[in-house]
Amino acid sequence: MLKTPRRLAKKVEGLSDRAVAWLFIAPTMALLLAINIFPLFWAIGLSFTNYRANRPNEAIANVGLRNYERILTDPDIWIAMQTTANFVFWTIALQTVIGFGLAFLIDRKFRGHAFWTTIILVPMMLSPAVVGNFWRFLYQPQIGLFNYIVSFFTGIPPSSFEMLGSVQLAPWAIIIVDTWMWTPYVMLICLAGLRSIPDYIYEAAEVDRASPWRQFWSITLPMALPFIMLAVLFRGIENFKMFDMVNLLTGGGPGSTTEVASITLKREAFEKWRTGYSSAFAIILFVAVFGLANIYVKALNRVKQR
Amino acid sequence: MHVGLKTAAATASFMMLAAAMPAGAQADELTLCWAAWDPANALVELSKDFTAQTGTTMSFEFVPWPNFADRILNELNSGGKLCDLLIGDSQWLGGSAENGYYVKLNDFFDKEGISMDDFAPATVYAYSTWPKGTPNYWALPAMGDANAWVYRKDWFENPEVAAEFKAKAGRDLTPPKTWDELQEVAAFFQGREIDGKTVYGAAIFTERGSEGITMGITSALYPYGFKYEMTPGKYDMEGAVNSPEAVAALEKYKAVYKCCTPPGYSDSYMDQGLDAFKSGQVAMMMNWFAFWPGMYKDENVGGDKIGFFVNPGQNVEGSTLGGQGISVVANTDNMEGALNYIKWFAQADVQKKWYSLGGSSCHVAVLNDPSYPTSSPFAADFLAAMNNVKDFWQEPSYASLLQAMQKRMHDYVVADQGTAKEALDLLIEDWTEVFEDDGKL
Amino acid sequence: MSLTTAHSVIEPTRTSKRIAGAIVVAYALISMVPLFWIFATSFKTPPDSISYPPKVIFQPSLEGYCNLFTTRTRQTREYVDALGPATTLCDEITRRRNMVIAGPSNYWPRFINSLVIAFGSTFLAVSLGTLAAYGFSRFKVPLADDLLFFILSTRMMPPIAVAIPIYLMYRELGLSDSALGMILLYTAVNVSLAVWLLKGFIDEIPREYEEAAMIDGYTRLRAFWKVVLPQATTGIAATAIFCLIFAWNEYAFAVILTSGSAQTSPPFIPTIIGEGGLDWPAVASGTTIFLVPILVFTILLRKQLLRGITFGAVRK
Repeated sequence: MLKTPRRLAKKVEGLSDRAVAWLFIAPTMALLLAINIFPLFWAIGLSFTNYRANRPNEAIANVGLRNYERILTDPDIWIAMQTTANFVFWTIALQTVIGFGLAFLIDRKFRGHAFWTTIILVPMMLSPAVVGNFWRFLYQPQIGLFNYIVSFFTGIPPSSFEMLGSVQLAPWAIIIVDTWMWTPYVMLICLAGLRSIPDYIYEAAEVDRASPWRQFWSITLPMALPFIMLAVLFRGIENFKMFDMVNLLTGGGPGSTTEVASITLKREAFEKWRTGYSSAFAIILFVAVFGLANIYVKALNRVKQR
Repeated sequence: MHVGLKTAAATASFMMLAAAMPAGAQADELTLCWAAWDPANALVELSKDFTAQTGTTMSFEFVPWPNFADRILNELNSGGKLCDLLIGDSQWLGGSAENGYYVKLNDFFDKEGISMDDFAPATVYAYSTWPKGTPNYWALPAMGDANAWVYRKDWFENPEVAAEFKAKAGRDLTPPKTWDELQEVAAFFQGREIDGKTVYGAAIFTERGSEGITMGITSALYPYGFKYEMTPGKYDMEGAVNSPEAVAALEKYKAVYKCCTPPGYSDSYMDQGLDAFKSGQVAMMMNWFAFWPGMYKDENVGGDKIGFFVNPGQNVEGSTLGGQGISVVANTDNMEGALNYIKWFAQADVQKKWYSLGGSSCHVAVLNDPSYPTSSPFAADFLAAMNNVKDFWQEPSYASLLQAMQKRMHDYVVADQGTAKEALDLLIEDWTEVFEDDGKL
Repeated sequence: MSLTTAHSVIEPTRTSKRIAGAIVVAYALISMVPLFWIFATSFKTPPDSISYPPKVIFQPSLEGYCNLFTTRTRQTREYVDALGPATTLCDEITRRRNMVIAGPSNYWPRFINSLVIAFGSTFLAVSLGTLAAYGFSRFKVPLADDLLFFILSTRMMPPIAVAIPIYLMYRELGLSDSALGMILLYTAVNVSLAVWLLKGFIDEIPREYEEAAMIDGYTRLRAFWKVVLPQATTGIAATAIFCLIFAWNEYAFAVILTSGSAQTSPPFIPTIIGEGGLDWPAVASGTTIFLVPILVFTILLRKQLLRGITFGAVRK
């Protein structure tokens, strides 16, 4: 271990606990203030202006609540919010069902389950941008593997459908990739939930001659529920923020079919450079995710207490 | 798990140190930014001469087209020092001139005796001037370009295919001269078996993210007689943007997309088109002249197998302008070197070599050379196209205008929403809002 | 978390185990297919990669890796032949396609940027995080719960929303497209994870150890340095790897705040294109090289994974 320099050490070592506490916490707080809080307030300020970051020479005018008004009355924004909600709902639904199912099966502790669990975990560690980008290739109607595999199992000609190009299928294309990547995440948390159920409860149920079906509904599921809800919370927040994978897979297309909120925000902020307007949109998004998460955490705590 | 903390700490501090070291360019170094495509690689080859002559090391930053505008405009905007020289798109001139991203080159041209008369007037107008047509030069024309077509000559000349087409259409199978003919030919090839493979009619631009579908659709709009304004400079778009001709052109483009493109062509731009054409999937492909030198040299579908044609007319002749000028970025640390490069690049023999390596020179020494029209199978077409080119808005707000058009066109053509008239009406609404925000309306 | 603990009494039947095993293994194999395909594509030639139907069996080639590290220009046969003999393997492969290597690609510079930024930000985040976590764990900090929640909530904001003011701030400070700017930003994002995780780890170290040391005459700081830190090594290492993975994989901030000098691999890899068309073998080889470190980390980290992904909310 390194040695604390002598002189400094003498000065510092006599510090009271209180001073040490602040000394330790202050740098982190300072960094967060500089990189998170200060910009947040800056953004709030900008959201009341018509500022454009690509027009340095133009005067900035205060427009009051006009940006908020424009956003909340813009049908395109509401469509983007709906698209986001749809995406969040279906990814969570699929990931929870499959993830819990897998956890339940892994909990049977067949031979080699630890090894296979590690294998299953791999996709979620990878960069959604880099791997998502490759899915564009897998989804190519003729040369891509995905259509070919679907065709192999169903007999539908591989070039007869376009995962990324059709209005009906494109949302599912991104849901599939997200599910592929993040089901392991839900599975891992669910597995912890299942392992946390003490054996004696099952033993008692056996004594009562409860059927496995009943055991599942009255013991397994309720007791794993807080864990499932935690997984849903984390996935919900992450997918509400979703940008990288969608940006690379469809860029919001075809048309605006998969344009989730982050894509709209990126276009407004960094392509059209409507900085004031997009700041307002950013604040609205932040309030939404923060508000929803808070309500959800309250519900989660109630379930935990039961 | 035991990770040596000390080692980790040492590595990390080393990394930090490396990060803190200045990465800025030295005086005898230049970075040139452009799109990542064939001509850019040819420019790398060409620039080896510059390095040999001056000792200046050249580095290059090539960004693929779909990200090019985003990335580079973002870079200019953030005051970054990535690029000393930039070969930027024609539509960026307005914004870059007004925001001071580019160096105004008039004094430099005067001092070095570089005359804009040495470059084709259409290219000077499009790639150098802002406000449009005034003698204020922000770039040197570097790469002349327009949207055009390549077709499978071997398929067109196949006797069986040609006879069948004649029986069906009552005319010879030749490269289309109008958009109606284009659709007819494309529909004819769609789904046909050639050499045991199913082939498709045409690869056209449908990309959503950057500028693809707009560049494709304007190639139909201009020949139908599309105008952006009723009176130039007045931004009165009602009646121009949504004219019956514009509606017809849009419907035509959608018809071609629906009937005659390969599967999965819902988000395609230059690259996807090239993939389709080179893999022998399509009979015709829309793309930029810039790719033709490489295409002609291609080992699979190059040479005699292919022919080229100018964007078909309809009511008038018209092609969508591509191409770029080379500018000096105002923020550069090596102004002298950057200007030196432009001076070197403007020379007639460098321009000739530029053309021979696959670049598309705008220099009259190249274009007015009597041998030019026959120097390649597409050179004559290029001259013809450049006589009738039109460009998108070059306004400082071009990005917002473009985004609106991308959305409305993709919604109509690919996502099947509304009618052509509705799409254009919505586009006028979007554009009006942009011009109102700019205080121009 | 231990993946091997077993319930003692309720042992599932053999058949049920077998069926469960079969389904899980099938899922694992299917979920590996895309990764296998990336790896396989990286060894294909460009024509093989876009052949129809997709080729599962093919002649392996290093062309993808050559294309990844170079930029090439297509020239006539005569021009190529006039250049003299090929000097490297990649030279040879390239010339077979009537192309000439024009120069190196930007892949390595971007990879190095990724290394610098990921390690730099991880080092800072873990250092700051360890101190703050100790502070929160051992001392009564006024409003501690609120502060901790505030730290966590900074991670809920959509990155694009955060990027708007950061972009403006960095422009003012001259930090645009700089490694330092990205390190600071990733540190700020990661420190929230680090504080939460490390607080959990430090909470688990009995206070009595330091107290004993302090009775022996150690000051608080010495006790922290000599007693707590060594005990927390595993936790710190696990936390570091989590931070590293985040910074390594991050895309949204990088794509907006960097354009070249400090650009990392994730925004770069999707923009690798070949001559004209997309060069999928080059993209695949770039992806493969980029993914290898993460695969190693995943295996190292498998026992700590659960804790990391839930911000320490689930510990077992």
